[in-house]
Amino acid sequence: MTTDTKRNFKVVGTRPNRPDGVDKVTGRAMYGADATAPGMLWGKVLRSPHPHAEIVSIDTSEAMKLPGVQAVVTGADFGDPESLFVSDVQEHCMAKDRVYYDGHAVAAVAATSASTAAKALKLIKIVYKPLPHVTDVDAAFAHGAPVIMHHRAFEILPPGTSANATNFCEFGHGDLHEGFAKADLIVERSFRTAATHQGYIEPNACLASYSSDGRADLWCCTQGHYHVRDLCAQIMGMEAAQLRVTASEIGGGFGGKTSIYVEPVALMLSKKSGRPVKMVMSREEVFRATGPTISSSMDVKIGMTKDGRMTAGQAVIRASGGAWPSGTMEMGAQAAFACYDMPAVKTIGWNVLTNRPKESAYRAPGAPTAIFGVESVIDEMSQKLGLDPLEVRILNAADAGTLSSYGPTFNQIGLKATLEAAKNHPHYKAPLGPNQARGLSCGFWFNFGGNTSVSLAVNTDGTVNITEGNPDIGGSRASIGMMAAEELGIPFADVRTIIGDTASIGHNDTTDGSRVTFAVGLATIRAARDAIQKMCHRAAQIWDIDPDAVEWEDGAAKPSGPNAGQFPPMTIKEIAANAFRTGGPIAGHHEVNADGAGVSFGVHIADVEVDPETAHTLIKRYTVFQDAGKAVHPSYVEGQMQGGAVQGIGWALNEEYIYGADGRLQNAGFLDYRIPVASDLPMIDAVILEIPNPGHPYGVRGVGETGIVPPLAAVANAVTRAVGTRMTDLPISPPKIMAAKAAAGK
Amino acid sequence: MVRVRIWGSLARLAEGQTEVEIEARNFKEVLDGLGAKYPGLKAHIARGVSLSIDGVIYREAWFTPVRPESEVVLMPYMTGG
Repeated sequence: MTTDTKRNFKVVGTRPNRPDGVDKVTGRAMYGADATAPGMLWGKVLRSPHPHAEIVSIDTSEAMKLPGVQAVVTGADFGDPESLFVSDVQEHCMAKDRVYYDGHAVAAVAATSASTAAKALKLIKIVYKPLPHVTDVDAAFAHGAPVIMHHRAFEILPPGTSANATNFCEFGHGDLHEGFAKADLIVERSFRTAATHQGYIEPNACLASYSSDGRADLWCCTQGHYHVRDLCAQIMGMEAAQLRVTASEIGGGFGGKTSIYVEPVALMLSKKSGRPVKMVMSREEVFRATGPTISSSMDVKIGMTKDGRMTAGQAVIRASGGAWPSGTMEMGAQAAFACYDMPAVKTIGWNVLTNRPKESAYRAPGAPTAIFGVESVIDEMSQKLGLDPLEVRILNAADAGTLSSYGPTFNQIGLKATLEAAKNHPHYKAPLGPNQARGLSCGFWFNFGGNTSVSLAVNTDGTVNITEGNPDIGGSRASIGMMAAEELGIPFADVRTIIGDTASIGHNDTTDGSRVTFAVGLATIRAARDAIQKMCHRAAQIWDIDPDAVEWEDGAAKPSGPNAGQFPPMTIKEIAANAFRTGGPIAGHHEVNADGAGVSFGVHIADVEVDPETAHTLIKRYTVFQDAGKAVHPSYVEGQMQGGAVQGIGWALNEEYIYGADGRLQNAGFLDYRIPVASDLPMIDAVILEIPNPGHPYGVRGVGETGIVPPLAAVANAVTRAVGTRMTDLPISPPKIMAAKAAAGK
Repeated sequence: MVRVRIWGSLARLAEGQTEVEIEARNFKEVLDGLGAKYPGLKAHIARGVSLSIDGVIYREAWFTPVRPESEVVLMPYMTGG
């Protein structure tokens, strides 16, 4: 891959108006719940009130008799997918013989109105046999805990492990014993983090229409409609070609819309009723029955010399991704010490089953919680040794040539540049007021590319349409269009990008992993180059010269070389106007499994003020520094950095799934599950560092996830310094601050 | 031969080693070779893994070449949000 670091960008790096802006502010945009169809029914789900129970019997006869009811489905209507992963997803969508969490779907109804469907749910008789439950990760990990599922442990688990443990991992290098022996100070702390929801504003919704000839269409809000198609086709026993999935506009996802919930239920109701079926989850259902993050507890131990050099580090992470196996702890265990050049390091991760919904991804899954523990201990050691916490991080920062804590040796990375930018920013030296303090944290995420298809059509007027297959959750239509315009040498206004359905373009991986601007951008640039090659060929035909003697510049073909002849440049509009006469329509396309996304680092500085009477924490100032590679549309990049910071601040201060002793979720709504809103926050300053990614033609790097990693520790470190006692249990709510102060005699 | 680092918890399935030698010219041959030499690893590889080759992480890409001097690290399958 050659990165054009000296290119004089004309479109990339500018800030055009977002192409979806007018539709979104005028209400014209079509979201998941906006799809309708003639003869449409409304589907509703009956959910378990028990966190763990056997389903003894389900009687749907009375519900079916209710006028207007057209179909009822239960777990018995679904088959047994060959893939264990798909089987788990299906069981999470609709229970079979056992419910595993409060809110687990046990039956669904399709009726001519939503109110009739709701009435019918009350007529379904279910006999449960309640079973012992456990929702806390540490309680579930203990021997003697209620066993949630049997025979789900991977073969790598050491003997004698908890019956609820399903996965185990260990990463690292060096001699820990020797490393700790060299330390002047060793600190060991335990931490806990609560499960949080992605907090997307648009509830999950879909419309399914299953035809009598076995074909089906599904419209839904999702981050990945190809993944939806693959899962639903397997669950429904369909061939992929017979299920077309169209992604709606999306009202937030953040990883939470990378799986399915009501989609296969709607398809089955449609199949049984012969009518289109629409389903829209309520906010309560979203909280109870879609996937939040892991909950976790961890133990972190670090050794440090008196001048601040880390000699050894160890972290043991216990995570729960709900009632089904999860691998997120592997990502956290890899990320925990990734920011640092560690002579000796070991991270261990466990996944533990609990009676909670099946975890879904949330920006940089696993990394924020793991790095929270490590960055908290580094902060504590800096305090105890009287060192500047930023200088300690610079001293230990990973760089090119560092053997990472998760295995590979880093190539060119931007952490030190990011730390230096933070050090030299006015924020770091700004004075603080009473009851105020400053915290900071580094963050890391892997990023990846993945499978991508892009088609680029040159219209007869010389404008361009791009069809790609990744729902736009963060401004990708703008950045994709900008990269196409840049490569073609035409105005951004001449390009329109749309998201095709699963039948209109080849496979695309889900919009996740910070992949889209990187991978779809890469494929778009190559699709544009494909079209340029064809347009140069058409110009060569018209000029009657060798195609190799034509080059592309500023949106036009022009002769190149001493023997090419003298012709004025032929613009894309002129070439397009003659397309039918010179060989037919002109299009470029590219399909790739993109690699080389390049890892990403960020540094956050948080200033907080903690009210000494109420223990309310106010974020006074917040600055994000992140290596973004080349920023295609800087406003969107800043938006990703700010959004990640805000979500991380919520994770640090307010947000948590609260389960009662009865195993039921107690705060299934935004009133009791408090996400930060604009009035809670200052303007988040975003400082973009453009260190080119060598894996992309323009040096682009993913930016969507790293921003949520540092805030947990940055805020916790600031609160700790403000109140004078270490805060180790997220969220740092006022009662916890009060209790910590009381315990410390403050 | 290519030296492949595997993460610590898989060592038990690879005769206690965290670094093994495999005859391989590309991504696919690394995985095939690991599975053939250490059958205990097959199930984990089948569930999905990534490979870092000279510092670049690949999730699939069977025919990405590896050279005898390449740094090859077996990693869990990358996921994101």
